[in-house]
Amino acid sequence: MSNAKTNAETVHRVSFLDKNSIAIPILKVLQADGTTYESAVLPVIDEALAKKIHDTCVFTRVLDERMLGAQRQGRISFYMTCTGEEASIVGSTAALDDGDVILAQYREHAAIRYRGFTTEQFMNQMFSNEKDLGKGRQMPIHYGSQALNYQTISSPLATQIPQATGVAYSLKMQKKRNIAICYFGEGAASEGDFHAGLNMAAVLNSPVIFFCRNNGYAISTPTEEQFSGNGIASRGPGYGMHTIRVDGNDMLAVLAATQQARAYALDNNKPVLIEAMTYRLGAHSSSDDPSGYRSKDEEAKWQQHDPVKRFKLWMINKGWLNEKEDAELYVKYREEVLAELKVAEKIPLPHLDELIQDVYDKPTPILEKQLADLKTHIKKYPEAYPKSAGRI
Amino acid sequence: MAEMNMLQAINEALSSEMEADKKMMVFGEDVGHFGGVFRATSGLQEKFGRDRCFNTPLTEQGIAGFANGLASNGMTAVAEIQFADYIFPAIDQIVNESAKFRYRSGNEFDVGGLTFRTPYGGGIAGGHYHSQSPEAYFTQTPGLKVVIPRNPEQAKGLLIASIRDKNPVIFFEPKRLYRASVGEVRDGDFVIELGKAEVVRQGTDITLLGWGAQMEILESAADMAAKKGISCEVIDLRTLSPWDVDTVAASVKKTGRLLINHEAPLTGGFAGEIAATIQEECFLYLESPIARVCGLDTPYPLIHEKEYMPDALKTFEAIKASVKF
Ligand SMILES: Cc1ncc(C[n+]2csc(CCOP(=O)(O)OP(=O)(O)O)c2C)c(N)n1
Repeated sequence: MSNAKTNAETVHRVSFLDKNSIAIPILKVLQADGTTYESAVLPVIDEALAKKIHDTCVFTRVLDERMLGAQRQGRISFYMTCTGEEASIVGSTAALDDGDVILAQYREHAAIRYRGFTTEQFMNQMFSNEKDLGKGRQMPIHYGSQALNYQTISSPLATQIPQATGVAYSLKMQKKRNIAICYFGEGAASEGDFHAGLNMAAVLNSPVIFFCRNNGYAISTPTEEQFSGNGIASRGPGYGMHTIRVDGNDMLAVLAATQQARAYALDNNKPVLIEAMTYRLGAHSSSDDPSGYRSKDEEAKWQQHDPVKRFKLWMINKGWLNEKEDAELYVKYREEVLAELKVAEKIPLPHLDELIQDVYDKPTPILEKQLADLKTHIKKYPEAYPKSAGRI
Repeated sequence: MAEMNMLQAINEALSSEMEADKKMMVFGEDVGHFGGVFRATSGLQEKFGRDRCFNTPLTEQGIAGFANGLASNGMTAVAEIQFADYIFPAIDQIVNESAKFRYRSGNEFDVGGLTFRTPYGGGIAGGHYHSQSPEAYFTQTPGLKVVIPRNPEQAKGLLIASIRDKNPVIFFEPKRLYRASVGEVRDGDFVIELGKAEVVRQGTDITLLGWGAQMEILESAADMAAKKGISCEVIDLRTLSPWDVDTVAASVKKTGRLLINHEAPLTGGFAGEIAATIQEECFLYLESPIARVCGLDTPYPLIHEKEYMPDALKTFEAIKASVKF
């Protein structure tokens, strides 16, 4: 007897499916020279949206370049770039409503920038100063903002995936016309939380977009050692989920796919899986040296697929941008980032009292006592502890 | 004898064990060609091939379950969890499976040939997701051994002993010492017996007990105390489960005082367990309450890391208070 949920035909000879049994095409809209494919269906985009997308990409490039430099100079302790993946991140965020909740992995600062995170806010987080919304508790790049519907980044990988399913379900129950979007890498997709999150979303009908940035590497591990199936996209249909694979370096393809995924998720209360095929142009993080596991040739090849350049050419073709304006934008952001960096690094660190705040809604008696003992101790040896943090 | 850092000592232990035991495999995230994010497994894939030293997909749950499977079927499995902070996705496989394989099967099956290696601890400006000391979660699980070395020599001898031990072992490596701790390491194959503490320094007034990276702190606190005329006996517990009650109790009977130091939060930390046991064993010998100098009951902080740390000064103050009690 066949399962009530399948209408599979019966066969009488052994025949296996293999990973190529489901062919998953890659959506491409924009060509390398900035023109679109002849038969391509464009996303909904006007000049203002294109400019906002471009602006976000330029800012992010500049931020990555400057902050990696600042890390090398020892001004911040750690950094991670999203260079090469801007189209995946900005193209998808640009398809959303500001009320849609973003749950990101850590390489998606372009998304929070698109939502309006200011240069000053970026700097305050990276310098862990007292103006940081996260109160200096997490390493650089762990941004978050309630006002921007961007949940604070957590380092343990993939934990945000089932959480996104829950967020989306709550949006549905609250009858909001909004969805959740969840970003993760192809490496994180190996975690058990990935399976748990996608399966629950499909079964419980959560309006969530699972957005996988397949950038080729998880630290040093290439995709061949991460999965042997047909990418991450092939898993979507297995969970009973609408799925699409896009060129992750093609802003218009990502935008088109995400716009339609959002409409579908919202209208049907169903999840969608998007796999964006891209490349991590930089190192994994400022602590990593990719020359130990990949060739310069490979990196050079991907430089030619620069998503920011491709989109810029498209805008120039449309008459919405010229090279001079583009160059001026880089100059403007270089100055802005540097100026804000200098301000932020002088702002004091959070007060010592913050040490016991937010562990619970109110500090417990044990925490109060531990802080009081600590203060007594520091008063005895003030020179042995950091001055800025130790103002007591 | 050769001088090396802790990473080199660990690498040497893994390499010599793989040489000796053809059934041994080393695996985990990025451990293959790249040699692990800290480079502890450098060169092993080149030496022993991709079948025996390899990258796994990014899934701690999978790594632990896979390791259980390998070990239950006669292999020697040495799995790396990239940071101890990320061991929690694997906790079901470790706590419910690794720890209970032998017990629940009536010894039909066991995963004795299994070792998890994982870098733990703070002092590296890593914030709460790169600094935790989760040893107490595992010391409460019967069936697991928990081992923590303090220097390169100990790392090599204890790791070899852990790999050869007939029980699943969690081997926590103090990452702030990986490169910072350099010392002489015996050549060739040697083991340091598990379950035995080491008296690192003899003393008469108080016993200072710790493990891993905190041993440095205890030693400098002991130096500070010595200048005040207080003689500290310093003990490295080395194995937390099963722990060496006899050595600690003998020392406390001699000194009359005990101070335990660990980086993990005070509440529910392993110091509480030691204090209760030693109080039972040595009640009539104690001249002051057992002192605990531990992390605060907060997540491991980024900005206030220095203040949070159970450092030498705090230990020194606690030593004085204990002696003056
Ligand atoms: C549970 C867990 N295990 C391990 C790590 C350490 N780690 C941080 S990033 C990373 C690689 C992630 O790769 P991927 O998901 O593909 O994202 P990408 O960095 O390529 O953007 C690893 C192993 C972690 N943060 N969390």
